[in-house]
Amino acid sequence: MTAWLGLTPDETTAIWLSVKVASIATLASLGPGLAVAMLLARGKFVGRAFLDALVHLPLILPPVVTGYLLLLTFGRRGWAGGVLADLGIVFSFRWTGAALACAIMGFPLMVRAMRLSIEAVDRRLEQAAATLGARPLAVFLTVTLPLSLPGILAGAVLGFAKAMGEFGATITFVSNIPGETQTLPSAIYTLTQVPGGEAGALRLTLIAVAIALAAVLASEVLARRLAARIAG
Amino acid sequence: MTLSVAAGLTRSAFALDVAFETGPGLTALFGRSGSGKTTVIDLVAGLVRPDRGRIVLSGETLLDTQGGVSVPAHRRGIATVFQQARLLPHLTVRQNLGYGRWFARARPETTGLDPDTVVAILGIGHLLARRPAGLSGGEAQRVAIGRALLSRPRLLLMDEPLAALDEARKDEILSCIERLRDAAGIPIVYVSHAVAEVARLADTVVVMEAGRIAASGPADAVLRRTDLVPVGDGEAGAVLDLVVAAHDADSGLTRIDGRVGTLTVPRLSRPVGSAVRLRIPARDVLVALAPPVGLSARNVLRGHVLGLVPSVAATVLVEIDCNGAVLAARLTRASARDLRLEPGRPVFAIVKSVAFDPQDVGRGRPPVIEI
Repeated sequence: MTAWLGLTPDETTAIWLSVKVASIATLASLGPGLAVAMLLARGKFVGRAFLDALVHLPLILPPVVTGYLLLLTFGRRGWAGGVLADLGIVFSFRWTGAALACAIMGFPLMVRAMRLSIEAVDRRLEQAAATLGARPLAVFLTVTLPLSLPGILAGAVLGFAKAMGEFGATITFVSNIPGETQTLPSAIYTLTQVPGGEAGALRLTLIAVAIALAAVLASEVLARRLAARIAG
Repeated sequence: MTLSVAAGLTRSAFALDVAFETGPGLTALFGRSGSGKTTVIDLVAGLVRPDRGRIVLSGETLLDTQGGVSVPAHRRGIATVFQQARLLPHLTVRQNLGYGRWFARARPETTGLDPDTVVAILGIGHLLARRPAGLSGGEAQRVAIGRALLSRPRLLLMDEPLAALDEARKDEILSCIERLRDAAGIPIVYVSHAVAEVARLADTVVVMEAGRIAASGPADAVLRRTDLVPVGDGEAGAVLDLVVAAHDADSGLTRIDGRVGTLTVPRLSRPVGSAVRLRIPARDVLVALAPPVGLSARNVLRGHVLGLVPSVAATVLVEIDCNGAVLAARLTRASARDLRLEPGRPVFAIVKSVAFDPQDVGRGRPPVIEI
């Protein structure tokens, strides 16, 4: 399928790697993202503002700094990296590391969208569910979650788009190894650094735009279907 | 089955301090808006925690701030119908009706009403496949009542369920509530600021004013007292339980009998023999010392003065015992003095038949249950 686009094997590899990395990053962040969004939207606890700031940190810090912090923590000699390496989980200079970097960078956007949609759920509906015998987990699963699903979906798409485009933290943390950690943005960057790479860079750029558009459109359609279901 | 509430709560602009008990049947929590009725409902439902207090339902302590007991809302077995229906918008009517029932599936039935009966009484059979967004306000509220009743509650709370509805819908839903009240057999606490609703539905009335209990007692005893009824001058009046005796097609009038005697009212659309409850506002009752002659009013009841209670402005409330049922008349103090009204004095109470608003006629029930 890639031949007619005139893609080189390296470019094709970079595209599929990016899709894989971004998908894994998004799927892996969904659970924690939802939990943190729920905590921030509905929780009352000491340190809520701190958690909020912590979640937003990757959005504010220079991506290179986030990448370097990841390297310090999850690198071979990092404290978490060492422990995980003993368990057989290695992040540094692997595609898994790229996924971790993408997940961390997309996390604030994902949590933000989810949190806003959870906050928009009418609490009086949750109260009504409680008076009908639903315990808190049941209220979450049968009321809060379904009603905030469009926003949760939007958060996932934002996270995916951010992961597809993540560059600074990834290249700092796991470098730019073709076939392992060279994602789409890294490939474009590499192509712009070599003579005669412009055509390849342009092809990849168009593909990046197409993937991003497709993701947003797909989420739009899904969100509309969900909203229509709720509106009856 | 009794509910006993004693609770205090202080918020920046509001202080609540209440203590009351309710028995079987329907207890109306009656007061102006802002008097704290909804807060009491939230306390009993478990949605708000008071600063101090104790709430006990049939011997089970639901809340005791001193003892550190606080049963969460979902384990209280108390269903609530809110001002707005609060149906779950992503579920169909059928799923909404089944929602609470599913969580209560391990508990025994409390109301003796199966889903089909509830759906039939509420007239929502044709709505089952719809979603809440497609319902009118009255339909949504009927579904909310059904949903609450089907959750096998030990107690049903209703927080001004008619507040968001227009007059025509109100009457329709009041009739449903009357039928369910008589059929369900679980205690109901019903919040309202409308005397007509309270008079139609209540066995017991608890009057709230500015976060406190101003009065409580059997409906007829509380509602005829102008000094106790918190809303609208002259809204107080006797509440009488009677039976439809006959319809007169020519005159368009209905005769109803009760302990109080026989009353003639504009035609009621109830079959002969059905029990009805009437509210006769005290301002619509006149007092005469002798049987009146040449008078257009059709209802003249013989009785004797039971007592006089000071009322608003320059008026006095005369309680008249008519064969054991009590009527109330509001007169100026000057008239009461001129007629030398005092306890024991035989009098005639005169009620204009147009004084009855058919909207105010409730479905009657066996005599008021004592608390």
